[in-house]
Amino acid sequence: MVDDEKDKHKEILKNISLKIEDGKFIAITGPNGGGKSTLAKVIAGIEKPTKGKIIYNGTDITEASITDRARMGISYAFQQPVRFKGIQVKNLIKLAAGDNMSIAGACDILSEVGLCARDYINREVDASLSGGELKRIEIATIIARGTKTCVFDEPEAGIDLWSFKNLIKVFEKMHNEKDSSIIIISHQERILNIADEIVVIAGGEIKDKGKKTDILPELLQGTGGCKFNCD
Amino acid sequence: MAMDEIQKTLLEQVADLHGVPEGAYNIRSNGGLAGRNTTANIDIVTKEDKPGIDIIIKPGTKNESVHIPVIISQTGLEDLVYNDFYIGEGADVVIIAGCGIHNGGDKKSQHDGIHTFHIAKNARVKYVEKHYGQGDGNGENVMNPTTIVEIAENGYMEMETVQLKGIDSTERVTNAVLGEGATFIVHEKLMTHGKQHAKTGFTVDLNGDNSSTNVISRSVAKDSSSQLFLAKINGNAKCAGHSECDAIIMDDAKISAIPEITANNLEAALIHEAAIGKIAGEQIIKLMTLGLTESEAEAQIVNGFLK
Repeated sequence: MVDDEKDKHKEILKNISLKIEDGKFIAITGPNGGGKSTLAKVIAGIEKPTKGKIIYNGTDITEASITDRARMGISYAFQQPVRFKGIQVKNLIKLAAGDNMSIAGACDILSEVGLCARDYINREVDASLSGGELKRIEIATIIARGTKTCVFDEPEAGIDLWSFKNLIKVFEKMHNEKDSSIIIISHQERILNIADEIVVIAGGEIKDKGKKTDILPELLQGTGGCKFNCD
Repeated sequence: MAMDEIQKTLLEQVADLHGVPEGAYNIRSNGGLAGRNTTANIDIVTKEDKPGIDIIIKPGTKNESVHIPVIISQTGLEDLVYNDFYIGEGADVVIIAGCGIHNGGDKKSQHDGIHTFHIAKNARVKYVEKHYGQGDGNGENVMNPTTIVEIAENGYMEMETVQLKGIDSTERVTNAVLGEGATFIVHEKLMTHGKQHAKTGFTVDLNGDNSSTNVISRSVAKDSSSQLFLAKINGNAKCAGHSECDAIIMDDAKISAIPEITANNLEAALIHEAAIGKIAGEQIIKLMTLGLTESEAEAQIVNGFLK
């Protein structure tokens, strides 16, 4: 359960009980404002729950800081990535990798997310980058970290269709080669399609959970649309 | 020229020098001359009427540099110099100045440098100035640099000033007057900490048609330090002027930014921007999700900002 900053009594998440197995690819979906991003932030340690526990690899991390969780192996990609004046793309990727990364290594990662390394490696992560570019650099920082658990909050937002195909490959590679557990918040059918399991969150609760073959048809049927009549 | 370890450290900090530089140089140490070299195209002459030097660069001199560092390691020394630079027509040079103070005593050490640039037609200058203070005494380190710039037709000057550590009090004045087609660019980087105070003021008169200026300041104020930034651009012809002050405030610091633009000509296009704010929480959180602690994240953000 997480309290809203402005309204201390508002519950954003309730009765959430979710177990994510090692190496699983989980897609979290559901209506806007349903609590998906809050759940991702609770996992990364950015939001603290008022009740309940978070267990990671058998350890209670409910009170662990963002830094501690990052060092334990949890990565988190922002829905709206942050800009930094003066920090270059290569600096950010090196920070993510823990300084052991060569420029060549950073370039390879940029290519993976569809950015030409030559054009981007020395760019500053500032307002000169478009939303889509920034989003791909954000994903590059997660690849650079190479951790066992990766949480992505709507990675597809702001990314064009051509890049989207490559993005899917990035997630598949992470999942297959690195054996990482991947948690992706997404509304994209193509992302839901490659997930091992789909979790539907609405009104702060888990409404449904299961294999994509069971969940996907229901989701795609829709809710019947808006009944409001404008006449 | 014999230098002790303290003097060598200061020289390295302000001029990136590990000894005697290449090309023309004039090293001033504790108020006196510690070394000088001139070249076929660059002459350095001691002034006779007041302390300081004239640096005379012949027209057409290309790809040469002049180092004029000042180092003070004697506590209580108050040093005032007048340096005049005459850059000949069509020359293209780099001038590296800088002042380092090591104050191990209890008295105030002060260096006030008044630098005047006379830049002739079509000449280009890159001027780099670094200020650095250290010392374990209680004596104050004070630096008040004044830079006066006159740029003739199609001349160009780029000025880079950096003051990141150890200067307790600074009052920096820069006044530039630009002729037709002249360009004046400033990049200022400033960090204050402890109880330091820094005041920096720029006045640029765009007098010639097609003249332009861009004054950019980035600063960080930590602890209970204070900063005042003033930028005045007067557009007196068909010209373009832009000033930008971008500051990060931390702890109990105080920062004021007062940009002023005046157009005295219909064709003057002038812009000013000023922003002061603390480090965004989101920036710290992002770096923490990469495994940095809060203070490591803060240091990375400040370093990047002042890079």
